[in-house]
Amino acid sequence: MDRFVFLTLDGLSRGAVYAAFALALVLIWRAARVVNFAQGAMAVAAAYVAYGVAAATGSYWLGFLAALAAGLLLGAVVDRALMRHIDHASPLNPVIVALGLVLLIQAVLGMVYGSEFRPAETPFSRGAFSVGGLAVLSPYDLFVFATVGVVVGALAWIFARTAVGLRMRAAAFAPEVSRLLGVNVGGMLTLGWALASAVGALAAMLVIPTELGLHPHAMDLVFVSAFTAAVVGGLDSPPGAVVGGLVVGLLLSYVSGYAGSDLTPLAVLVLLLAVLLVRPGGLFAPVAARRV
Amino acid sequence: MSATRAATPPRQHSADEARQAGPPHRGGTLLRHLAVVAVAGLLVFGLSYAVEPFRNFQLATVAAYLCATAGLTVLTGLNGQLSLGHGALMATGAYTVAFGQNAFADRGFTGHWLLPISLAAAVLTTVVVGAVVGVAAARLRGPYLAGVTLAVAVVVPALTVTFDGVFNGEQGLSVPVEPPPLALGAYFPYERWQLWIAAGATLLALLLLANLVRSRYGRTFRAVRDDEVAARLAGIHVARTQVLAFVVSAATAGLGGALLAVLAQSVSPGAFSLTLSLFLLMAVVIGGLGRLAGAVWGAVLLVALPDLSHSVTELLTLSPAAAQRLEGNLPLAIFGVTLIVVMIAAPGGVQGLLSRLGRALLARRPGRRS
Repeated sequence: MDRFVFLTLDGLSRGAVYAAFALALVLIWRAARVVNFAQGAMAVAAAYVAYGVAAATGSYWLGFLAALAAGLLLGAVVDRALMRHIDHASPLNPVIVALGLVLLIQAVLGMVYGSEFRPAETPFSRGAFSVGGLAVLSPYDLFVFATVGVVVGALAWIFARTAVGLRMRAAAFAPEVSRLLGVNVGGMLTLGWALASAVGALAAMLVIPTELGLHPHAMDLVFVSAFTAAVVGGLDSPPGAVVGGLVVGLLLSYVSGYAGSDLTPLAVLVLLLAVLLVRPGGLFAPVAARRV
Repeated sequence: MSATRAATPPRQHSADEARQAGPPHRGGTLLRHLAVVAVAGLLVFGLSYAVEPFRNFQLATVAAYLCATAGLTVLTGLNGQLSLGHGALMATGAYTVAFGQNAFADRGFTGHWLLPISLAAAVLTTVVVGAVVGVAAARLRGPYLAGVTLAVAVVVPALTVTFDGVFNGEQGLSVPVEPPPLALGAYFPYERWQLWIAAGATLLALLLLANLVRSRYGRTFRAVRDDEVAARLAGIHVARTQVLAFVVSAATAGLGGALLAVLAQSVSPGAFSLTLSLFLLMAVVIGGLGRLAGAVWGAVLLVALPDLSHSVTELLTLSPAAAQRLEGNLPLAIFGVTLIVVMIAAPGGVQGLLSRLGRALLARRPGRRS
């Protein structure tokens, strides 16, 4: 029972990060109908920026802010310099360009930093509190929950309550009409990319210290897990992405706790296939009509 | 409804296909393909004597990659299904050939007929795996399919570590291969023998693929790619066609992986990482989607780029550590940049540029005469 409680809490903490990363994928999918396969590599690049800044200034928090800024900038640049110029007639094209970007980013990181794992520091201890002899959450887990909670809340507030959020939703929903009504559709798209990329960078900052450390490929498996989370929730639904992230986090935690951590990638694949074959629209989206 | 159309502009395709469909008599196509394969075979045979052993080995590697890229061209270019998991399918073929050769060696069998049996077993195993993935893939579209095959590419190498009792973990397995037959002479270079094996198998696979592409099945592949609804209305079973394309493509990927294992005489998960899957896709896109000739360009690039980046790093004066970093990552960077540039500027790839150039030259000639 102790173990179950521990695995559940640990899974929720991991799931919170997957939720944030899945949210980033959903943001871009809603805005541009593109699954950003370069999200993981972009987030790792931002995490390396944070590493550099933290090493130079000695402050974790300056590094943290630098990662967010780098994420914003990278997202905007990727949209303006690449995605804007692709022929979107085929959904394969943006995927292929994103994969090219993955290779490029990972190669540049490998050239500059080498491919050894670098230890990533945490702002709070990862040692768990114990309540009545039962190991529960660590301060770092609480930090993760709080950060992801703030991000989810902030995004919900931006999209539901602010004029910019309304414009972004309008630009994604009906670009032509929005343009006629004076919305800067291109700008909204860039803003969406920047926001999503910053959220991805934040997720990378949270998850990398809990894994092996900083490495150009550090987010590969996290990306697959987060993609699964986004699909579980339905690519179109932000609340779905959050729930999907928690579900995937719990599943991975139970599998690695009870069956061995080597099996977690297989568990992700099985879950992804099961969801796509049984309920391709995800658990939270109305099933999209595409019957042939 | 153009959800799964491939990356090349459709109009260019239809013009090409009209030309490819060419003369309606059937025997002509088979004869033409046989002639091309025979000429290619003779060329490789001549080359294998003309160049040094190391180049022979490189050519053999090109042949092994060509198997996989040709299959991926059929899947992505002709059928419009994107697979990021072909590295995993290659791993399936490679491990099967390792099991086969080891089983034969353990039981004391020797002889040159063993390798074709192991290769056939590798193709069969990959066909089964490909059918399983293909059945799932036929129900998925665009980014979903890419996501699932990406997961396959990440997960399969990890499995070799999970079940390390069978796959021997990160170290992998050795693949015992017979030396060249004595009839060829005592000093026959091993690399030349490897090239013969790889090129023979690949040319056979290419011949079959080329005929498939020009056949009724090839036409249904393209019909499904261009418009699933129209294909369905024309009486084509869409899902079955997609599974068939996936299986064909998996079989060639398995053969390619098996050949790589035979060439390296070992197999380990590191050789079949996600990067390999991405490389294969890059090669196909850069070569030119939808054209088997593009697959050749892609396979050559896959072998030539790392070699080229090695020479570039040797030109620069760098510390050993920096040189190693640069050499390992330069091909990745070049591939990434080329891919992005090709996708944005020339979606037809190298072969598309060449055919456009050829057509422009042809178009100019009659003008000059008049």
